[in-house]
Amino acid sequence: MVKIPIRSLEQYRFRYDSRKQKHAGQGDGKSQVGDVLGSEQQPAPGKGPGAGELPGQDYYEAEVTIDEVAQLLFDDLSLPNLEEKKNKKLASETVEFRDVRKHGIQSNIDRKRTILEVIKRNALSGSPGLHGITPEDLRYKTWEITPKFESSAVVLAMMDTSGSMGPFEKYIARSFFFWMVKFLRTKYESVEIVFLAHHTEAREVTEEEFFTKGESGGTRCSSVYKLALELIDNRYPLQDYNIYAFHFSDGDNLTSDNELCIRLIDQLLLRCKLVGYGEIEGPYYYTSTLNSYFKRITNSRFVSVSIRDKSGVYPALKSFFKNPDPKGG
Amino acid sequence: MTTQALQELQQLEEAIPKILEIAKGFGLDFYPMRFEICPGDIIYTIGAYGMPTRYTHWSFGKSYHRMKTQYDYNLSRIYEMVVNSDPCYAFLLEGNTIIQNKMVAAHVLGHCDFFKNNTYYSATNPKDIIESMSVAADRFRRYEMSQGQRKVEAFIDSVMSVQEHIDPHRKIKRKETRNARSKGCCSHDKLETPYDDLWDLDKSKHQCSCSGGCTKKHAKTPEQPEKDILLFIMENSKDLQEWQLDIISVLRDEMLYFWPQMQTKIMNEGWATYWHLRIMRNLDLSEADAIEFAKMNAGVILPSRNSINPYFLGLKMFEDIEKRWDKEFGEGAGREKIFEIREMDNDTSFLRNYLTKDLVEELDLYLYRRIGNEWKIVEKNWKTIRDHLVSSMTNAGFPVIVVEDGDYGRRGELYLRHAFEERELDIKYLENTLSHVFNLWSRPVHLETKIDNKPVLFTFDGEKSGRKFI
Repeated sequence: MVKIPIRSLEQYRFRYDSRKQKHAGQGDGKSQVGDVLGSEQQPAPGKGPGAGELPGQDYYEAEVTIDEVAQLLFDDLSLPNLEEKKNKKLASETVEFRDVRKHGIQSNIDRKRTILEVIKRNALSGSPGLHGITPEDLRYKTWEITPKFESSAVVLAMMDTSGSMGPFEKYIARSFFFWMVKFLRTKYESVEIVFLAHHTEAREVTEEEFFTKGESGGTRCSSVYKLALELIDNRYPLQDYNIYAFHFSDGDNLTSDNELCIRLIDQLLLRCKLVGYGEIEGPYYYTSTLNSYFKRITNSRFVSVSIRDKSGVYPALKSFFKNPDPKGG
Repeated sequence: MTTQALQELQQLEEAIPKILEIAKGFGLDFYPMRFEICPGDIIYTIGAYGMPTRYTHWSFGKSYHRMKTQYDYNLSRIYEMVVNSDPCYAFLLEGNTIIQNKMVAAHVLGHCDFFKNNTYYSATNPKDIIESMSVAADRFRRYEMSQGQRKVEAFIDSVMSVQEHIDPHRKIKRKETRNARSKGCCSHDKLETPYDDLWDLDKSKHQCSCSGGCTKKHAKTPEQPEKDILLFIMENSKDLQEWQLDIISVLRDEMLYFWPQMQTKIMNEGWATYWHLRIMRNLDLSEADAIEFAKMNAGVILPSRNSINPYFLGLKMFEDIEKRWDKEFGEGAGREKIFEIREMDNDTSFLRNYLTKDLVEELDLYLYRRIGNEWKIVEKNWKTIRDHLVSSMTNAGFPVIVVEDGDYGRRGELYLRHAFEERELDIKYLENTLSHVFNLWSRPVHLETKIDNKPVLFTFDGEKSGRKFI
């Protein structure tokens, strides 16, 4: 349960600035000039002594569960460019009544069809009308189990864990991936997520390692792109999967590696529905980051964002998972 | 209804005529009374709306929830709601004890006497206010149907933002403005009274552009700064539709109706408290009842460190005046004096004329302000305190803002001026209110005020707000 303050609904009017004014009060008979009536720890409106008198800001709190928040946040998001694929994954089974048989459970008798059978038989036998139901007339509704398939998708979550990724950068990258995973699992039943971490070398890690482990070393982004390409080619055939790749880094890549990165991104774009690159702008200033190289990529399925602080996480999520048809959410 | 509740209701039914009798015996003069007992949520609904038959608006819901929450958590409760109407409706809270209800009934009679006799209420229309508000509410509902609820609501938001900016004394002033209007810019026209030429004595001759041959009226609107912003907008805005004019007009009339209550808060509550005390003393109360009454009364007049309790200050002042007049002019003169005051005064004149040094010291009144992070007492001088109270209640506590020019820069822009009197406006509120005024005027709006004693002009042009020092 989280409490979200909702800034309400103020009724603006021309009024005096009460904090710059004197106010009248009444003491117990012994008040003196200089007596302190109250003090404030922080200059927050409405916290003065006249909590009821001095105007403050109206806040209302709404109590919502984290899932409700997620639901609201994810409403407008979806995996873009999702295509029907051959190898569909079983998402769920549904029961549908769509067959009529001569045998079945009494409670499932199809009265209309049974009566039609009676009328038909009587008409054939020369005495038309509705009379005399025989066991052969009975018809039963019967169900079938229909499997529901969903196009399957795989999302490659790639994160830079090199030494230059400080606590802040890692926090931002993980926040993004946390919400991304939450989003994918809320909305899709059969999306596979693969976690890849890299510094100068890349490797596949478990979800837990991905979100908790820090590493050090230099940065060679091409390593993780290479690994991603290998994985796709070995494990996720294009005709069966919608593939998405997202990479977060601080952009402090080995300069000599940048050219290679661009070529590999082009390779990825041939295989992926969307390639997303998020760059965290830390307190340091880099003159040539990976992002500035990526500006040369013009493919509309490549999306790059830069995040300055944690408020940028949601906008990043939105620009990656833009819903092409918001109504169809 | 439980038998106990029924019994209490019967007791109250018997007590009320007695209370009315006692009150009449004291010389109180009130409208016919209608008492209704209501459950908490009804009382708070009426309290939030301010009237039993008002139009709907989200802000009433907001105040309802604030009051209801305080009631639910036992932080504060309103025992009654009384409406300035004829007959006078008083709503008592269900769950009041019998003794609370008696006190409330007595208190309400004081209010009703005040409504009926105080001169500032003479322009309210207590006979048909309830009806006219409910008819207006019907019309507003129809506007919501035809214009869309959001549109109507947004418009009411904007009108409400300047609802206090009316001229409650317009009735007195109107003749004067008509005179001014019939005159040209120079005094060559017919004089209405033999003394009219005195007005122009301090003007140099022919300072206006007409060079003496005045035939036309002043081009400037308004001729004199206009305090009634709502009226000015109604009469001069070029883009408002019928329904919008109606809404402005209704909200303006409402404010004219509520204004006397806002400018006589201390007197009205003091008067009602003064009388409930005396009426209750004349009822035969059992010992237990007397104690309960004393407790409740103590709660009503409890002084506050952070504000002035109008019940307490008003009561003390009426009692003090009565005592002083009795002493000077003999027994009975005091009572006569306070009846005269309840007829002739409002809070500002009441405090200015009758708050004495002795009383300020006895009540231990003071002024405090924020210094750094602390709220400190800064003033104990009785005159400064009295004058502060008077000025804080002037114009019912609202800043005085006038329309200076309705055709500013010859572009039809609205130029408002804050009649600055040492108190700065809340800038954030000012800027947001200006955008509301823009919604009413549909052309750029300006407001002149002072910050740190320097004149500043705030402007909202429909898209952005700006300010510049002038």
